[in-house]
Amino acid sequence: MSHTLLEVVNLEKYFPVRGGLLHRVQAQVRAVDGVSFELQRERTLGLVGESGCGKSTLGRAVLRLTEPTGGDVLLNGESVIGLSKEELKAKRREMQIIYQDPYASLSPRRLVGDTIREPLDVHGIGTPNERRAKVDELLDIVGLRKQALSRYPHEFSGGQRQRIGIARALALNPSFIVADEPVSALDVSVQSQVLNVIARLQREHGISFLFISHDLAVIQHVSDDVGVMYLGRLVEFASSTDLYREPKHPYTRALMSAIPVPDVKRKSKRIVLGGDVPSPMHPPAGCPFHPRCPDAMPQCKDVVPDKVNTGTATRPHFVRCHLYSETAALKSADSP
Amino acid sequence: MSARDEQPLLSVRNLVIEFTTRYGPVRAVDGISFDVYPNETLGIVGESGCGKTVTGLSLLRLIPSPPGRIVRGEILLQGRDLTRLSEDEMQILRGDEISMIFQEPMTALNPVLTVGTQMVDVLTRHRKLTRKQARVVAIDMLSKVGIPVPNKRIDEYPHEMSGGMRQRVMIAMALSCSPKLLIADEPTTALDVTTQAQVLEQIVKLQDEFHMAVILITHDLGVVAETCQRALVMYCGEVMEVADIESLFERPRHPYSRGLLDSIPKLREEKLAELPIIPGMVPDLMHLPPGCRFGDRCSRATDECRLQRPQLDTSATLRNAVACFRPLD
Repeated sequence: MSHTLLEVVNLEKYFPVRGGLLHRVQAQVRAVDGVSFELQRERTLGLVGESGCGKSTLGRAVLRLTEPTGGDVLLNGESVIGLSKEELKAKRREMQIIYQDPYASLSPRRLVGDTIREPLDVHGIGTPNERRAKVDELLDIVGLRKQALSRYPHEFSGGQRQRIGIARALALNPSFIVADEPVSALDVSVQSQVLNVIARLQREHGISFLFISHDLAVIQHVSDDVGVMYLGRLVEFASSTDLYREPKHPYTRALMSAIPVPDVKRKSKRIVLGGDVPSPMHPPAGCPFHPRCPDAMPQCKDVVPDKVNTGTATRPHFVRCHLYSETAALKSADSP
Repeated sequence: MSARDEQPLLSVRNLVIEFTTRYGPVRAVDGISFDVYPNETLGIVGESGCGKTVTGLSLLRLIPSPPGRIVRGEILLQGRDLTRLSEDEMQILRGDEISMIFQEPMTALNPVLTVGTQMVDVLTRHRKLTRKQARVVAIDMLSKVGIPVPNKRIDEYPHEMSGGMRQRVMIAMALSCSPKLLIADEPTTALDVTTQAQVLEQIVKLQDEFHMAVILITHDLGVVAETCQRALVMYCGEVMEVADIESLFERPRHPYSRGLLDSIPKLREEKLAELPIIPGMVPDLMHLPPGCRFGDRCSRATDECRLQRPQLDTSATLRNAVACFRPLD
């Protein structure tokens, strides 16, 4: 078996914007605009970016919870995109999702035990006794007591509900889970508990995660590799160690310096970006980050930067930025 | 920093706030005391439900009543007890002397009025200006909070602006009558980190310019470390610790403060296998333990902690104090 579990190739998700008298398509929002990456077995890929950068849409498009408009997704070397509805349902056993809001993602009228067992029922796995045993095992894995089974979601705190959501996602023994901001709605003391549960799942059950978050510190804690998204594109991609040690893209650097750090001694210089994230309906020409970029050069306004590997073949560090492209290097060498 | 013997701008003493619920009264705030000094930024930190927002609202007497009410305690603004003022007197005081900004600027702004109309309303009401004069002041305020082309953007509706812009408008509005105290309740929680950095920087800058004190209510200890001089740590309606931020972050004395600081994922050199956690969860306000409210989750708790409620040690000064029988050194 190869090491690659998931391969995303040039994935696109465009949303049409309709308007006018005839409700015609007037524009496209490029929520995900040609994203490619690989996720290795038993590893976690962290996806970080600000609201509206397309990270959640990417997570959903990978699972075909929203239908991609272009590109391909391969799970275990097999394309997910061409699958029929029935085939996709079978494939869903291998890929699951954990949502951000533990209040909205659980049915309020269902007993927790039924919610966790539902995937087993839907896919017709095991006898009723086996299913019950599986649910008990799942509760144990996520650290909930057995009494939880016969209760309703409203009787639980946010952290416990998130554990219920995790148990449900684990029911079918998936090899791949998309975790979409799983701890963002939780308080810090509870957030660390849930993060530890996720880290343990990865270690002990060999599950690969696509972990989506806006919090760079959380991403660092869980991820082996990290991708940084801006306006629908991956602008930087590297191993977590390399990315945090040496962030290359000016956006990644600004993002890192903008995090308030609970350390009174740190007085490092902050890069405060001007302006806001542009609307994805009218992305700027050239590099989409150029209007806010402290290092912008003339060509950034017109030319979309290519993906450049600034690392090595075995230890890649991809950046989409003219600072690292060869033409830029040549130009700066020419200038006196 | 201000001198030791300086008079506080605001003093809260033994404040108790109760809400009536179907299941009986709940004390969201249970006997808190603290001081705010002129020109300082005081952080109030704690997790959801600890009473930090209720505390902020109570200072402006904005607690919806019923179901909420101030049971007892004093809120002294330069010696004047706000709990005893009439509603009319409070109306004048709000915005004039104390202003507040909220987490979600979209819900705090009126969606059917332009930003300019809303700002002019505030100014004409509080500062006896004509609408024309007020508009000039409003444009000036918008430029002070860093809104580009303020004379154009003043005629926009809130929905035409981004979240960061809306929060700036809220700040401009809150500061337009030069209050002595600004209460900012999670002002940047709904914003992205890069926008948060801009807005926080703006608040710090304006605080200097307007010589006002700020109470910054937040769950984010990083925000506290970077913007406040002192902070209160709240838990279950009580103040667990109050300290200047150097002491709080370098040598937290309450085990809860320590636990909170440890459990935040931080950008660090080495990746940890497990994050330190605070075991268990926040107790239900309806069923509080008789002793220390943090006792069940505290590794240092003794029988004394389980039976008796530790009080904030206010003997020396309210600048640095801790409510714990066995504080860390």
